[in-house]
Amino acid sequence: MSAEEKNIKLTRRDFVRKGIQFSILGGIGVMAGGLLPKLVGQEYVWQIDTKKCTHCGRCATSCIKTPSAVKCFHAFDMCGYCDLCGGYFRQGVKNLNTGAENQLCPTAAITRQFIEEPFFEYHIQKDLCIGCAKCVKGCEAFGNGSLQLQVDQSICDNCNECSIARDCPSNAISRVPSGKSYLMQGINWKNET
Amino acid sequence: MKKSIYILFFILSAIFAFQSFPVNAENRFPKPEFEQGHIQPETITPSPRLLLLEYLDVAVLITALSLISYFILKKRSRKLVFWTSVFSVLYFGFYREGCVCSIGAIQNVTLALFKDDYHIPLTAFLFFIIPLIYTLLFGRTFCAGICPLGALQDIVGLKPMPIEAWLEKVLGIFPFIYLGLAVLFAATGTDFVICRYDPFVGFFRLDASFTMFMIGGLFLIAGVFIARPYCRFLCPYGALLNIISRFSFKHMTITPETCINCRLCENACPYGAINMPVQLKEKEKTETVVRRYILLSIMVPIFIFTGGFLASNFSSGFAHVNPKVKLAKELKNNTNYGMGEKEALEITAFRSSGQSMDELNLEVAKIEKEFYLGSWILGGFTGLVFGLMLISLTVFKYHPDYSPNKATCHSCARCMEFCPVKPGVL
Repeated sequence: MSAEEKNIKLTRRDFVRKGIQFSILGGIGVMAGGLLPKLVGQEYVWQIDTKKCTHCGRCATSCIKTPSAVKCFHAFDMCGYCDLCGGYFRQGVKNLNTGAENQLCPTAAITRQFIEEPFFEYHIQKDLCIGCAKCVKGCEAFGNGSLQLQVDQSICDNCNECSIARDCPSNAISRVPSGKSYLMQGINWKNET
Repeated sequence: MKKSIYILFFILSAIFAFQSFPVNAENRFPKPEFEQGHIQPETITPSPRLLLLEYLDVAVLITALSLISYFILKKRSRKLVFWTSVFSVLYFGFYREGCVCSIGAIQNVTLALFKDDYHIPLTAFLFFIIPLIYTLLFGRTFCAGICPLGALQDIVGLKPMPIEAWLEKVLGIFPFIYLGLAVLFAATGTDFVICRYDPFVGFFRLDASFTMFMIGGLFLIAGVFIARPYCRFLCPYGALLNIISRFSFKHMTITPETCINCRLCENACPYGAINMPVQLKEKEKTETVVRRYILLSIMVPIFIFTGGFLASNFSSGFAHVNPKVKLAKELKNNTNYGMGEKEALEITAFRSSGQSMDELNLEVAKIEKEFYLGSWILGGFTGLVFGLMLISLTVFKYHPDYSPNKATCHSCARCMEFCPVKPGVL
């Protein structure tokens, strides 16, 4: 009698255990099913909406990467090739030459190259750029706005939650489908092959 | 006539060709036409990390989990577990820089469940779910040496000291509170606190801020004497695995055969996760049992309600973490983020965004409502965990011999080395 009782008790315990095990499995399954519509489809990446960007300079410091994954991109298509470039030179500069005292960029990441009278071309050196937006501000204020801040996808870790997005005062950073950045002006976004 | 149509067509197409140039760009200086044939370079837009590599991470996770489960349950080898930990620290830690990780993925899943416009990355979802399934099958083998945070602490833990049982129980509540807080902040779309306050990710990326470096360093130094302080007393994913592991299909055992009660493994576990053998106790009087049962069934609802009430009082404090709520408050009180004369960037950006104060207030009211409800749930959950902890202390569990505590055992396989019984001997 007592052995039989024990036997019944054990099976009941096993039954409860099995029930919990399979309800955990079922719970995971239900969650996966519920999230399925959000799982299929595009991968998303962080991007700056350059129209919303206020060039506050927080991108340089808020990113978890040092230096920041946000870099200055130059949309050559929009550039006026100015001699007096608002993004290259400090305000009130006397000589328009490449002297360090004349440059706006704190890391001298912009190179100035003579093309022909009176045009100059400006290139950004990615490994020097820290994303401080000083040149972007200058170009926006005095030029065509061809210098723009953007997240460099090859550096960005695609964090769960972009720590710059959280600090961004103008909500300019959001997730967009990868390979489809409509957020920059003057650049046909296409992935480097 | 036909010729004029051609001309018109030509002009129109020329206009449209120029129209493809963004209209809203400030075109102060027209694009130059180069006479000496200079070709304008194209802007390089680097592509993100290959999707294939992301899936490789998932494949590595599955392989590593299968291997470590095999090492623990079948090979019963601490050495192999140790080397898997080293691999995890190197791969998931230093190579992948601690991102994507299962602990942080809790927040992705929460955000995806609560916010419709958020698309969760497939890798984050898989990193959340795969260790859960493995834990249900084999116990916390993920904690043993796959989680880079756990593996790092496990390698550091050289001189573990036992902790008083009551202290261990009390500190063991914190992971659940942390889990609740992380879910609250993620569900309201406020912040990913687990990632922000991850103590070791700064080491993996080699660029921790001073505060986080100090916190991480403290955890590591404490980890030499108190085994895995983060895993045991903070890790929110560990709280989930703690629950699931109790019901695992299989779990590691200390001895390969039957326990001979030799007491050699008694002090082997650095986590205090070995159930000591207990004698069968005398049957309690029915009266005492019933009285205790009634007392507990009254106390648990009281704990839940008190917890909810207390936490709801802090709801405005929680909500203040949300940047939008903070902005509204700063605007209302005219405090300007304590910036003094110069207008704070947030306020400048808000003014230029064209959003009206009423719209912002409406949005903030909604967020604050979410936080109020969320705080009640968080507090109630904490009360429930506290109540269940008390119940678990009163429930008598019979153990005839030494066995791992399935909830808190990290499956590190240290205790196996102490067992003198070899497979096939008895």
